[in-house]
Amino acid sequence: MRIEQKVNVNAPRHLIWEYVTEPANYPVFIDGLTRWEVAGDRHTGLGARYRMLIRVGAADVGGLIEIVEWQPEGDMAWSSVTGVDQRGRWRLRELPDGRTRVTFRFAYGVAGGGIPALIAERVAAISLNRRFHVSLLNLKRAVEEQAGSEATPAISR
Amino acid sequence: MPESGAATAERERQSQNGGDPERPGAGGFGRPSLLRRFFDEVQSRLTADLDDRDPDFIRENLSLSWLMATIWFRGEVRNMERIPEQGPVLLVGNHSGGNITPDTIVFTVAFNTFFGVERPFYQLAHNLVLTSPVGPYLRKFGTVAASHDNARKALDCDAAVLVYPGGDWEVNRPTWEANRIDFAGRKGFIKLALDAGVPIVPIVSVGGQETAVFLSHGDRLARLLRLDKLLRLKTLPVNLSLPWIVNIGDFLGHLPLPAKITVQVMEPIDLQERYGQAPDIDRIYDDVTSSMQDQLSELAAERRLPVVG
Repeated sequence: MRIEQKVNVNAPRHLIWEYVTEPANYPVFIDGLTRWEVAGDRHTGLGARYRMLIRVGAADVGGLIEIVEWQPEGDMAWSSVTGVDQRGRWRLRELPDGRTRVTFRFAYGVAGGGIPALIAERVAAISLNRRFHVSLLNLKRAVEEQAGSEATPAISR
Repeated sequence: MPESGAATAERERQSQNGGDPERPGAGGFGRPSLLRRFFDEVQSRLTADLDDRDPDFIRENLSLSWLMATIWFRGEVRNMERIPEQGPVLLVGNHSGGNITPDTIVFTVAFNTFFGVERPFYQLAHNLVLTSPVGPYLRKFGTVAASHDNARKALDCDAAVLVYPGGDWEVNRPTWEANRIDFAGRKGFIKLALDAGVPIVPIVSVGGQETAVFLSHGDRLARLLRLDKLLRLKTLPVNLSLPWIVNIGDFLGHLPLPAKITVQVMEPIDLQERYGQAPDIDRIYDDVTSSMQDQLSELAAERRLPVVG
């Protein structure tokens, strides 16, 4: 199952990159995240691992994920090591009007196959679509606030 | 790694037969009688072989349990993070819902997704469950026959073990006692936790007793039919449920009403730390059951309507 959502953010690309690559921000802007911790020595970057769980239906699902693609200010992708099979990606692209298009892609598969797995994937998609929609709006709000505060010169007395 | 239960059973069988696996059993027949083979099969199902738990099988079959827990029971499990991240732990739950036990379905899904199927997790069940047609399926999920030895074996392997002290008694309590913790004075779980030196984590669930209208434990009927002696069955419950309408015994299960199941994980209790080196079992029992009762009453107070939640 594959989910894709996009949002245009009124902020420079580097600010959004800094935000989505900082693990401490994830519990703040990802809706329904019940567990998020750095696993291992690497805090961020290629090879960094995180233990994550997100509430979907009656359970917290997720597992151990690892960053497998890292193109600064462009693409960051991760893949599951244990737990639910998943692969995700942030893609940041500059728009002609100076804004940044943020694309979030998330693909997952329920183990076992068969009709129950097929139904479970679709049922989970309803919840995940809603969660990721809220998460992208949270991201947009947070980064635009940050961009606004950086653009406004500090008033000195 | 402990010796597998099947291997132990085989060795005991060989020992009875003078060490010769080909030699017939004590019956003295050329081939083991049908009855003997039946009892051997029952015995093998009741002997815990921890290797029967199959994490890959669980992973591949969680989707069905997750669908039941999510769509049918609208399951909600709170504070899973209170369960110690590693090491052996005894999870002590109240039990509801007749033989369908929706609280187990909801909690088992939550445990396996929260900690991953890699963490060893066993559930103690009545002998009758393990010898039923679904027994082999449940063994792959980590269900073992409820006994001190089986539980100890699992705890000694650093596993999490889920026990329902009230068992077949509590699960069939009448609907008007739905929000009551009733372990029927069974204190074996305390001795088990003390012997193994593991913490207890109480797990309280609500909603399971709304999946049918439970009328009676049927304990007098069970005694009259000597089921307590023959099958360790203390009850012959009577409930009103689909599709049977009047369901006696609940041996074939029933179609549960889609009641919302809420499960609350409570804070772990280190018995030795709290009660010292010579603890009073009765006092621990009273403390654990009364704190679980308080929690259950809180959860019940949150519910606005039966079944709906």
